[in-house]
Amino acid sequence: MRRAWTIVRKDWAEIFKNRFVIFTVAFLPLLLTAIPLVILYITGSESELNGLKPDDLPPNLSRICEGLEGVACSQYFLVSQFLLLFMLMPLAIPITIASYSIIGEKTRRTLEPVLATPITTVELLAGKAAAAVIPAVLVTWLAFGVFLVGSALLAVGPRVFARLTDPLWLTAVLVVGPLLALAAVSVAVMVSSRSSDPRVAEQLSMLVILPLLALFFGQISGLVLLNQQLILWMALALGLIDAGLVTFAVQLFERETILTRWK
Amino acid sequence: MIRIEGLSKRFGQTVAVEDLWLEVAPGELFGFLGPNGAGKTTTIRMLTGLISPSSGQAWVAGHQLGADDTELRRRVGILTEAPGLYDTLSAERNLAFFAELYGVIEIEAQVERYLRLLGLWNRRSEPTATYSRGMRQKLAIARALLHEPQVLFLDEPTTGLDPEAARLVRDFIEGLKNEGRTIFICTHNLDEADRLCDRVGVFNTRLLALDSPGALRRQIFGRTVVFHLTELLPVYQETVAAFPFVKSVEAVDSKLVVRLSDPESENPALITALVAAGAQLQFVGELRRSLEDVYLRLLSQADPGTSRPEEAKP
Ligand SMILES: Nc1ncnc2c1ncn2[C@@H]1O[C@H](COP(=O)(O)OP(=O)(O)OP(=O)(O)O)[C@@H](O)[C@H]1O
Ligand SMILES: [Mg+2]
Repeated sequence: MRRAWTIVRKDWAEIFKNRFVIFTVAFLPLLLTAIPLVILYITGSESELNGLKPDDLPPNLSRICEGLEGVACSQYFLVSQFLLLFMLMPLAIPITIASYSIIGEKTRRTLEPVLATPITTVELLAGKAAAAVIPAVLVTWLAFGVFLVGSALLAVGPRVFARLTDPLWLTAVLVVGPLLALAAVSVAVMVSSRSSDPRVAEQLSMLVILPLLALFFGQISGLVLLNQQLILWMALALGLIDAGLVTFAVQLFERETILTRWK
Repeated sequence: MIRIEGLSKRFGQTVAVEDLWLEVAPGELFGFLGPNGAGKTTTIRMLTGLISPSSGQAWVAGHQLGADDTELRRRVGILTEAPGLYDTLSAERNLAFFAELYGVIEIEAQVERYLRLLGLWNRRSEPTATYSRGMRQKLAIARALLHEPQVLFLDEPTTGLDPEAARLVRDFIEGLKNEGRTIFICTHNLDEADRLCDRVGVFNTRLLALDSPGALRRQIFGRTVVFHLTELLPVYQETVAAFPFVKSVEAVDSKLVVRLSDPESENPALITALVAAGAQLQFVGELRRSLEDVYLRLLSQADPGTSRPEEAKP
């Protein structure tokens, strides 16, 4: 596995010179951290929401709000919608990195010399995957940290803050995030082994965000309610899905096919 | 060092390599010659464990293909058809990356050694995107050598280089041979193969001929002597043709082109007879066929429909 790490370091040296990659890695987290903070700030100073009681809210909302009232409730409600959007980061970043790093090797024909070294397929793919997953997870965690600090500073009461750091959110960011990143990178590896245009591969792989968006709109419309239990089920399901995707991606990456058909 | 037994490779309907039998001795510099699409790159890829043969077997550096290809790859070096360098990384970084993948222990020392040997040391920290084609090729050669392989496969090492760069690469390859490495080289440059290789194989899906360049020449064309005369009369040609050991005689301008099997012992009798017949001899010389003539002849024999008509102009 020492060779996997060699791949990771080489990939980083290379891909962080790519403007598209930098843009995705930097812009998306910035946006997804800034929006909820802005919302918190605006709702915090908005007085007409102050009088709200749980009973005035639709039943779904009052369930989310358990124990919170007025501004706190509406703040938490709005921000919790962003929890799901926050998960876009660990999905989109690895897809971008992996698409560029794998298809880059393909189009510049650098893969053949690599495959001619004693590296195993698993080492190669582990390296490629780690090179994409690690930055994505770190950036997500960093963005979440910034979001927490920002929300503490921006008029969120201690009770809302406590809810933002409860096991639901922590599981989402610390467990579901990396699992999503792994799923995304496996899909990107599979698509990249068939396509030879990084942007096409990126867009195709981005289809993996569809379930996430479904969940997002489900929650907004009140059909689904994200809670501790659901997050745990998601984590479990993702763990299984990841295992399947990784196995499949490794099998699909047939050295010979990739060498002779990747043109 | 390389033993190939009945190796074949098919891609769907296309047969790229058919029933190849070949042995390359340790320390030998072997030239693999063939037209575009002959299957040379495919053969190299099989022998370096990059793709698997459809049938047949082979041993390279003591390792059987397919048995433990990771170990096999550790033992061989390959210059791939395309240099395949990371453009945004420096030459040094490119080599260090591959040295790590090959498990080289003294990475820095090895990288420096080959950068210096190939004259790239001064530009080691520039991204390879700024390199000329020749420099890229040299860097790719350096990459193939970092782990000091005993067996080296070079796929068209001088193609696309200017004469000076090609010369440099050629001298370098000769140096590698002198270090005792076994070298398998694919080339279109027949002149290069002639000068460099101990033996050559002419190949077009199948192996058409296999021998040293000199032996191939003799085998295909015999030996040819040219008699330059001040004036050529028909009687001279008849005089020469009368000798039983003369295989053929042809008149070209004022020259007689004669195919013999042993000119050293046969020439004196011919010269004496020609002088006696009144011929005035200016020069007598042996016609050296180029390997290109041999090559074109072999290819046209193997596939008369497609190859260029081969010429034997004296
Ligand atoms: N992946 C593949 N699928 C189908 N056919 C292939 C594949 N790879 C090679 N071939 C065919 O196999 C034959 C041999 O190709 P190869 O690249 O080995 O030739 P070559 O001797 O190296 O030619 P060149 O001198 O042009 O480099 C060609 O007809 C080629 O079209
Ligand atoms: Mg070739």
